Amino acid sequence: MKLPVKMTINGQKVSHEVEPRLLLVHYIREVVGLTGTHVGCDTSQCGACTILIDGQAVKACTLFAVQADGATITTIEGLAKNGELHPIQQGFWEKHGLQCGFCTPGMILAAYQMLERYPKPTEDQIRHQLEGNLCRCTGYHNIVKAIQWAAEHMAGKK
Amino acid sequence: MYPAAFDYHAPKNVKEALGLLGKLKDDAKILAGGHSLIPMMKLRLAQPKHLIDLGKVPGLSGIKADGKALAIGAMTTHWEIESSSAVKSKLPVLAEVASVIGDPAVRNKGTIGGSLAHADPAADWPAAMIALGAEMVCEGPKGKRKVGVDQWFLGLMATALKERELLAQVRVPLLPAGSGAAYMKFPHPASRFAVVGVCAAVTLDKQGVCTKAGVGVTGAGTKAVRAKGVEAALVGKRLDPAAIEAAAQKAADGVDVQADLQGSVEYKSHLCRVFAKRAITEAVKRAGA
Repeated sequence: MKLPVKMTINGQKVSHEVEPRLLLVHYIREVVGLTGTHVGCDTSQCGACTILIDGQAVKACTLFAVQADGATITTIEGLAKNGELHPIQQGFWEKHGLQCGFCTPGMILAAYQMLERYPKPTEDQIRHQLEGNLCRCTGYHNIVKAIQWAAEHMAGKK
Repeated sequence: MYPAAFDYHAPKNVKEALGLLGKLKDDAKILAGGHSLIPMMKLRLAQPKHLIDLGKVPGLSGIKADGKALAIGAMTTHWEIESSSAVKSKLPVLAEVASVIGDPAVRNKGTIGGSLAHADPAADWPAAMIALGAEMVCEGPKGKRKVGVDQWFLGLMATALKERELLAQVRVPLLPAGSGAAYMKFPHPASRFAVVGVCAAVTLDKQGVCTKAGVGVTGAGTKAVRAKGVEAALVGKRLDPAAIEAAAQKAADGVDVQADLQGSVEYKSHLCRVFAKRAITEAVKRAGA
């Protein structure tokens, strides 16, 4: 039995009929066609599938699309505005916060929520808030620096 | 990973949810935050034919203080508890427990009621609920009933919640003046579940003598348990380091410690004692002794 779902993804309204067991991450990638959200571990641990639902960072592999009916969603594709990178994206660029890039969309959206909750995070806070996002290349060092860079550059704009 | 197919129901209120539970019985599972159930469904360890999602039921989340207790709606997320000003001012140990569950994204979806109804043996909330003496408020076809935490956990992922009931609220009593509480855990490095976690709450009189103690241990066995031996060894004593050390030695007594991938029975029993000592020491410090 398929059910109708409607949501707003990166400002675009979408609606489809989906099986209840369709995970939100597969809905976003395979039905809507936004492949920036990645599937890493598929067991709620690695955070590669992190997106924002109604402003909160959530692992899209651990939610059914039907649960997100009516929600407003931001994926990595929705952060840059008019071709200009978001300060967090720019921070990852400036501080070389990635190597293979697989974890990066999830890292950036986790960082987005982190900086909303803690605009001036300490290094410890950054590391604690990134516990749900695994990176196998960088050793996290440059990711922390990227988020610090973003925090400094976002501070003046609020 | 795809779960087995199921029918999805999104009731608009508790009555509708209970109606569905009554009709679908064993074939249905309640979906709260989904951060235990959905991973189990993806691994096909759980294959419910129907999911009843409480996500659209109003009134099941939020935190109210009524002088004696904090009443926490079952659908309140870990983050809502972690960031609640009422919790931070009245029972800060709950914010401390919430802040070490999973990771920020898990805390945004996972709920206290879901955790307590699921009763994972390595979950964090059970230790705190035992230490603080919480009550679960269940709603069923015959109305509401309260279950004390000591009657709640029956075994591995088994609770006193009945087939046609749902957990609606958790009532956590406030601590009297002169009290302190702390939660200390050894987290699994990937999942952040508690390999062992201990929550301790102590009340001291003006002479610094312990008049009341609650100690809950999670992670070590098939269910979270009250460390009665530790509590008995704390009450009536001045809690200096030697008294705390002596009491903490009893932390694994009465726990059905299970060997698993994380460690042997001996190792996990040792962790119980170490983390009991740390939690009690911090609780005493916070009580102002």
